[in-house]
Amino acid sequence: MSDFRQAQWNEPILFELGHKGRRGYIVPEVEKPIKQEVGDVYTLLPEKMRRKSLPKLPELSEVEVVRHFTRLSQMNYSVDLGLYPLGSCTMKYNPRISDFLASLPSSTQLHPYQDEETVQGILELLHTLSKWLAEITGTKEVSLQPAAGAHGEFLGALIMRAFHELNDDLDKRTELIIPDSSHGTNPASATMAGFNTLVVPSDKTGCIDIDALQAAVSNRTAGLMLTNPNTLGIFEENIQEIAGIVHDAGGLLHYDGANLNAILGKVRPGDMGFDIVHINIHKTFGTPHGGGGPGAGPIGVSEQLEKFLPVPRIVNDGKSYRLDYERPHSVGKIRSFHGNVSVLLRAYAYILSLGAEGLKEAAEISVLNANYLVKKIRDLGAYELPYDAKRPRKHECVFSVKSLSKETGVRALNISKRLLDYGIHAPTTYFPSIVEEALMIEPTESFEKEELDRFVQALRIIAEEAKANPELILNAPQNTSVARLDEVKASHPRTMLLSWNAYVKRNV
Amino acid sequence: MVKSYRHPYIPNSDPEMKKIMLREIGIKKIDELYNDVPERFLLNRRLNLPNPVSEFKVKRHIESLLAKNRTCRDISIFLGAGCWPHYVPAVVENIVQRTELLTSYTPYQPEISQGMLQLLFEYQSMVCELTGMDVANSSLYGWASALGEAARMAMRLTGRQEILVPKIIHPERYATLETYIGPANMHARKVNYMKATGQLSLEDLEEKASSKTAAIYIENPSYLGFVETGGKEVAKIAHNNGALFIVGVNPISLGVLKPPRDYGADIVIGEGQPLGNHMNFGGPLLGVFACRGEMPMIRQMPGRIIGMTTTKSENRRGFCMVLQTREQHIRRQTATSNICTNESLCAAASAAYLALLGPKGLRELCEAIMLKSYYAMKRLSEIEGLRTPVFQTPHFQEFTVNFVNKRVRDVHEELLNNNVHGGKNISEEFHELGETALYCVTEIHSKTEIDFLADSLEKSLHRR
Repeated sequence: MSDFRQAQWNEPILFELGHKGRRGYIVPEVEKPIKQEVGDVYTLLPEKMRRKSLPKLPELSEVEVVRHFTRLSQMNYSVDLGLYPLGSCTMKYNPRISDFLASLPSSTQLHPYQDEETVQGILELLHTLSKWLAEITGTKEVSLQPAAGAHGEFLGALIMRAFHELNDDLDKRTELIIPDSSHGTNPASATMAGFNTLVVPSDKTGCIDIDALQAAVSNRTAGLMLTNPNTLGIFEENIQEIAGIVHDAGGLLHYDGANLNAILGKVRPGDMGFDIVHINIHKTFGTPHGGGGPGAGPIGVSEQLEKFLPVPRIVNDGKSYRLDYERPHSVGKIRSFHGNVSVLLRAYAYILSLGAEGLKEAAEISVLNANYLVKKIRDLGAYELPYDAKRPRKHECVFSVKSLSKETGVRALNISKRLLDYGIHAPTTYFPSIVEEALMIEPTESFEKEELDRFVQALRIIAEEAKANPELILNAPQNTSVARLDEVKASHPRTMLLSWNAYVKRNV
Repeated sequence: MVKSYRHPYIPNSDPEMKKIMLREIGIKKIDELYNDVPERFLLNRRLNLPNPVSEFKVKRHIESLLAKNRTCRDISIFLGAGCWPHYVPAVVENIVQRTELLTSYTPYQPEISQGMLQLLFEYQSMVCELTGMDVANSSLYGWASALGEAARMAMRLTGRQEILVPKIIHPERYATLETYIGPANMHARKVNYMKATGQLSLEDLEEKASSKTAAIYIENPSYLGFVETGGKEVAKIAHNNGALFIVGVNPISLGVLKPPRDYGADIVIGEGQPLGNHMNFGGPLLGVFACRGEMPMIRQMPGRIIGMTTTKSENRRGFCMVLQTREQHIRRQTATSNICTNESLCAAASAAYLALLGPKGLRELCEAIMLKSYYAMKRLSEIEGLRTPVFQTPHFQEFTVNFVNKRVRDVHEELLNNNVHGGKNISEEFHELGETALYCVTEIHSKTEIDFLADSLEKSLHRR
């Protein structure tokens, strides 16, 4: 199985390539009469604001640019190459048709400040998408503006602020409650929105400790942020009680949509009592991650919170679609313009393709795949499933390699690196922190049984290698473009190199 | 209802395969995997969404929906104001459509993600070359959120809670800034401009800057398209007061304009969309963020940063994410920002764009933009009843057009009937400027289009 080899091009950095005077692009022609009429543009700029020397950019031909980036792309693993079981990241297939449609000039060539009359098509598409997302999440109104999940969390927390402020209660309500198994963005977003974070522990079943939550809420509670299913892949079955406790204390509930894929068409966050729901479009609706972004993080809210949504709102007055800026209670702007439209357009295509049946099927198969892996990986005997192993998981599962690690010295990180040698991306490691030596696995619905079996097979071999030849794993990876990197050196102030210029200076 | 549903995106949706897998798990029905969900929360109805359709239908449907739009290929559009029309070379489009890059995640496993990591390192390095700064991150959501993040960073570094911004600032950027800093008990104060030139009033700035000022912010070119020439003086005032100097830029302009570091910037932010990214109705954008290289500053930076390192055996060069201890997934509530998903692919497009253009290409692009925008200003200023630009100051690619006796809205309607989309109406944003619009001309506008704009305006203003 380990005969996988990733491309290894020894590709120089752009600045090391090319030759003085080479051209990769010819600027659009400027008509002669314009040149004659205007003359030398430099004389138009005041001396003190002119750039004296050209920026030190590389000088390459078009051919070299294409070759360079093609080689780089070959040294990059992606969902199109195979399983990408990063837990909580929902690395599912990104349909080609969505990308094709997002590249049509009829959407790419639109300016956000065009007259509404000239952009009826895209406004209709976005308006319809927001209605669909409201239906999927069980919320009243959806804003498409946030650029990513964390941006949606920030907006959710701002809406909590606005809500409490309107109730003259904000001075008191300073605490946002999050479980200890939450995503790192939750507490970070709480801080950005000016709240203190109050962490509640999980109980033995991996769910929120109800007693601890009861003890945590008070008249200082602004709200709770929660994923359900949680990051262990377990459904918070006490959600009704949780919602009751928070609401009784006067707080609001924010649903972290990172794990929404598991419950599409099965359970709706709004029905569970959540007042605010953010959606990670790039996870749930199959839009590409682009090596880290762009994504989109729309939020849906209940009726009472609609007035706080950011401006503009896309509205339909019966005749046409327009942008409404007149919202006196709105939290204002969280970005320029209307949202990450090309990402949202892909989501529209995705929902259209799957329809109601397909979305539910996606959820069910993502859960089927995860539980299939639970069974197969548990059968290997080397990996433990903490927190009520009998209970079904939803879209993801978190294994612990604590015992294997004690026995062989091979840690979760090493196993992850060894998986790369088999041409499979690693799971999320060391998260959630309530699981020791965690491997957090999310297969999604996009992979066939054979690919899942290949993953299990790799885990089986690695467990054997850990006992027979731990060095092999500790020295992994070897089959990737580069072997194990020195990340400590990369972050140390004395050895850190954050730009080409810094590298040149260091090496003179 | 489709009875046995199989979808091309879901390989295991085949009923036989489901049976095999369920048998392995030891259960009969998928519903058993949801048996821990309280009955009352199970949605016992079909989502009210359309039925699944073929790819053919998806394509036809969306194409016909989008065909209702009129794009800058159908009509001449002279809009800018934070999102600018430029030509995106085919190579750039092609590189970001390579699915090895497009369908990859954040490079948490650097050994298998060197392509994206090196690309982002190259992007950061080119941002540093353009701005003159030492360190750049690998992207934020857009210029507006970058401003919010920069203000908060200045607050953390100085322990102060006020930012001074020019009165001539993009209203959406200002609104976003307020949203970002409000919860941190930080506030923004506007500094006046000189009536004739639009330039930031140094006198007013001197008066407002104090030991409470965390940062002074200017934009270059300004929201209304002119070049702020007092950067050096603003920097001095900021530094004399112990404040940071933040400069917001359209990075394309740095082919001809002085890098902000040369006039004293501590943090440079901006909008990277014009560097190889389509307008896309305003999103995604690309938040540029760069700063000076002192460790205390770097440690307070928001967002992901890629660094160069070696393999552990030190025999090869490689790249990985650095200083992750600033970030939310490690530092949680004390992180420098909550940003996780960013705009990496847009940064990749910008890297490819800048690699193609090179130093000379970028300069020539700036020249083309200035030639055409100055030509437009010249042509328009010959029309009676219209003043352009409002401020007697050098401009880059945008400029104000003031209508003496006619409303911007009426002019716009008449232009649109002529298949010309005029500039952004800013009459409500700056009352003191009267009936004024902000026009944008870039390298994509031909002489014919500019002449037609001038003729149409002439007609509109002198209709009998």
